[in-house]
Amino acid sequence: MFKYLPHTSEDIKEMLETIGVSSMDELFREIPEALMNPSYDVPSSHSELELKRRMNELAKKNLELIPFVGAGAYDHYTPSVIRPIIERQEFLTAYTPYQPEISQGTLQYIFEYQSMVTELTGMDVSNASMYDGATATAEAMFMAVATRKKQKVLVSKTINPNILRVLETYAKYRDIELLYIAEKDGLTDLDDLQNQISKDIAGVILQTPNFYGIIEDFSSVKERIEDAKSLFILNQDLASLSVLKTPGSMGVDISVGEAQTLGLPLSYGGPYIGYLATTKKLMRKMPGRICGVTKDKDGKRAFVLTLQAREQHIRRDKANSNICSNQSLLALAVTVYASVMGKTGIKEAQMNSYKATHYLAEQVGKLKNFRKVYQADFFKDVLFETNLDEQVIEDALLKEGILGPLALVKFDPTRKGQLLFSATEKRSKKEIDHLVKVLEVL
Amino acid sequence: MYYDKTIFELGRKGRVGYSLPKEDFGNYELSDDLKRKEALDLPEVSELEAVRHYTNVSFKNFGIEKGFYPLGSCTMKYNPKINQDMSAIEGFHIHPYQPVNASQGLLELYYETQRILSELSGLDEFTLNPYAGAHGELVGLMIMKKYHHDRGDVKRTKVIVPDSAHGTNPASASVAGFESVEVKSNFDGTVNVEDLKKVLGDDIAGIMMTNPNTLGIFEKDICEIAKLVHDAGGLLYYDGANLNPLLGQVRPGDMGFDIMHINVHKTFSTPHGGGGPGAGPVGVKSYLSEYLPVPRVKKENDHFVLETTNDASIGQISHFYGNIGVIVKTYSFLLSVGKEYFKDISKFSTLNANYIKESLKDYYKLPIESVCKHEFVFDGLKDKSTHVTTLDVAKRLLDYDVHPPTIYFPLIFKESLMIEPVESESKQTIDNFIEIMKTVAKEAIEDPELVKNAPYNTVVKRLDEAEAARNPKVKFKDLQDD
Repeated sequence: MFKYLPHTSEDIKEMLETIGVSSMDELFREIPEALMNPSYDVPSSHSELELKRRMNELAKKNLELIPFVGAGAYDHYTPSVIRPIIERQEFLTAYTPYQPEISQGTLQYIFEYQSMVTELTGMDVSNASMYDGATATAEAMFMAVATRKKQKVLVSKTINPNILRVLETYAKYRDIELLYIAEKDGLTDLDDLQNQISKDIAGVILQTPNFYGIIEDFSSVKERIEDAKSLFILNQDLASLSVLKTPGSMGVDISVGEAQTLGLPLSYGGPYIGYLATTKKLMRKMPGRICGVTKDKDGKRAFVLTLQAREQHIRRDKANSNICSNQSLLALAVTVYASVMGKTGIKEAQMNSYKATHYLAEQVGKLKNFRKVYQADFFKDVLFETNLDEQVIEDALLKEGILGPLALVKFDPTRKGQLLFSATEKRSKKEIDHLVKVLEVL
Repeated sequence: MYYDKTIFELGRKGRVGYSLPKEDFGNYELSDDLKRKEALDLPEVSELEAVRHYTNVSFKNFGIEKGFYPLGSCTMKYNPKINQDMSAIEGFHIHPYQPVNASQGLLELYYETQRILSELSGLDEFTLNPYAGAHGELVGLMIMKKYHHDRGDVKRTKVIVPDSAHGTNPASASVAGFESVEVKSNFDGTVNVEDLKKVLGDDIAGIMMTNPNTLGIFEKDICEIAKLVHDAGGLLYYDGANLNPLLGQVRPGDMGFDIMHINVHKTFSTPHGGGGPGAGPVGVKSYLSEYLPVPRVKKENDHFVLETTNDASIGQISHFYGNIGVIVKTYSFLLSVGKEYFKDISKFSTLNANYIKESLKDYYKLPIESVCKHEFVFDGLKDKSTHVTTLDVAKRLLDYDVHPPTIYFPLIFKESLMIEPVESESKQTIDNFIEIMKTVAKEAIEDPELVKNAPYNTVVKRLDEAEAARNPKVKFKDLQDD
């Protein structure tokens, strides 16, 4: 017997009798004989104790380091209340709320999540979540192309290169032409945007804070692209919107990005959660699930999935997107985070991160081998260049239990020697001073 | 009993539910022109208020640990507690840019999971990057497209999708830039080979199938279908949503499939999470392995590496390496089950389904008599004289604390009621369900209004779904505007 399989031999006998077959094998009789009983080489069954041993052995092969890197994944604090709530079986083991009468729990937190995303972004409407910030941006690109019925999209060279790579993959298969807006002094060259914008452009994709951590001012963008009838797509870190200018105030049409920064653990890159919010006008062009409010037949307030005619299970090949399961439980985690951190806590965590990164920049800036690359203000990432060897720096920091900055040469050979640092509210002054001390003696 | 507050309706101005260390970094301030101007209307609640709120909200949900959840095509099996413990191990929560030398444990776990999936499925190489089943479908179709294009075969713009397929199949085909061609099924949902022959040609990139199909019937002509598609230059894509009854019995790779995805939140018990996060690993035959998305985890001697660029690849489809936290749970389940018990999963899920089917066929209309795999479909009540619909039956089941089966899918029947009982459910649980289903069928004849007006015991009654779509209220502030 095995702990996940409750059938006794007596059960099996009775059930086979009811079915009217003499053996379990008969239930597989229609499968061609030649295909049956393949040989496969997999590990044997592990007891809990053996499994834990194996997992701990694997976990120990990952060094536990203090990160000074962000670049799209930030080491923010996760309050203890989150895990026990998201692990409640009512949330954890349920599926998509297709039966609303017994899924009011899921539907309600989705509604609360949507309310928080719209509050942070200043947009009219949010969906129930996307896989990550990069794929959310790709879905926004599809929305623009489908709405404007044009195949060209402009994208700034200052956006995170991984997001750009995902956009390139998605664009290629839908015959969307991506055109690039040049970067100048670490910022999107808005003159270049002005030159390239035309009636053929379905949308313009920008990011702030951009890949180099710089807070870009996009308040003139809407005006610049309005005549061309292009949609303004802006990728942002959702938590940053508690303190930075909102997309709603800048005339953004589709607001997207990563919401991992609202207290989700690093988890080696996932599961995270993408968000997508837009205007009332574009609501029916959105991908994914949306929860709305209605009444039951006694007149009680109730929550329900709505505008489902956009979705794959109804529209099949004409659906807005193929998305089905996405990151629902992370939407709950983000909602609980935004509840306990609330009105002041998200701002505090973000501003403390801003200050930690600025303190780091000031200290690293004093070192003779390091120079800050750009002068514009930055948020949680800051770019330095050095004449020291990147590998030497990485190894020296690893020895001290520190995960150092990201070497941009990995993405762009012309950026040799450039290092992207980051600090969050989890970093203490002492930790930053230690980092600086290690760098100083190199 | 009926908790009806949103988090925005709780708390008081000035109340907090968090604590952060005091910062001592100095006087760094954002300049005014970069700052948010609007007020930020988020909750102001204490920690207990928040915890109590979400606990009460959770009571309005039905989960697997509460009761039977035979939702067809979703494989709602027990989600072992150990999976959660394993994914919470501190050493797995590292930064995605941690150098490979300092991440060997996770890379090994990733690689080992690829190998086990490969052995179980008969596909040679896997990627674990896709975030969900539908994401895996999209990746698989991108691979199909690039394969043809790289051979200069650019006319293949269509993908065949049987009418019994999951909705994500044709939707994914569109997102990958294909046109879907629907082929009608035989009465049992299997592919009609004669119809298939008619549509096969040099404009067909491939076919998407799930086997057993969405009616739970095994495509016994699969080898012939594979040969026909391959002879016509197309590839076969396997939708892994229905993999559960095949574990250890027969492998998609051996049936002739070239590409597939696996829904680990279904077959391998990582929870559904109310609609994610899941993961949709994609496997391919070796001749397609270079097309898999980057980054890829590979083994070189005894060292695990990340390959971040490869010109042959379809490209990058996720910011990092997928839902690693979910992959840890997958690996945990794969090791727990192990070689000894995979076959039992397929056997017992199939036994349970056939047992329910035979026990209820006098009460519900069974359109296909043959042996099923892990799931099957009734076409509503057997006696429809009182006009009680599948929706009514589903709603009445709520009163008996059972999660209803999938309803109105597949689209082949008018009153589809799709039942998938999974292997982790005992005979007692299933006998209880059978009795409830019989009771509801009797109620439908004796007191149809009782069933048509159900449910009665839920926190809300039937909803006005049309009103929600007509006048969308999708955030708390929309309610205040009333």
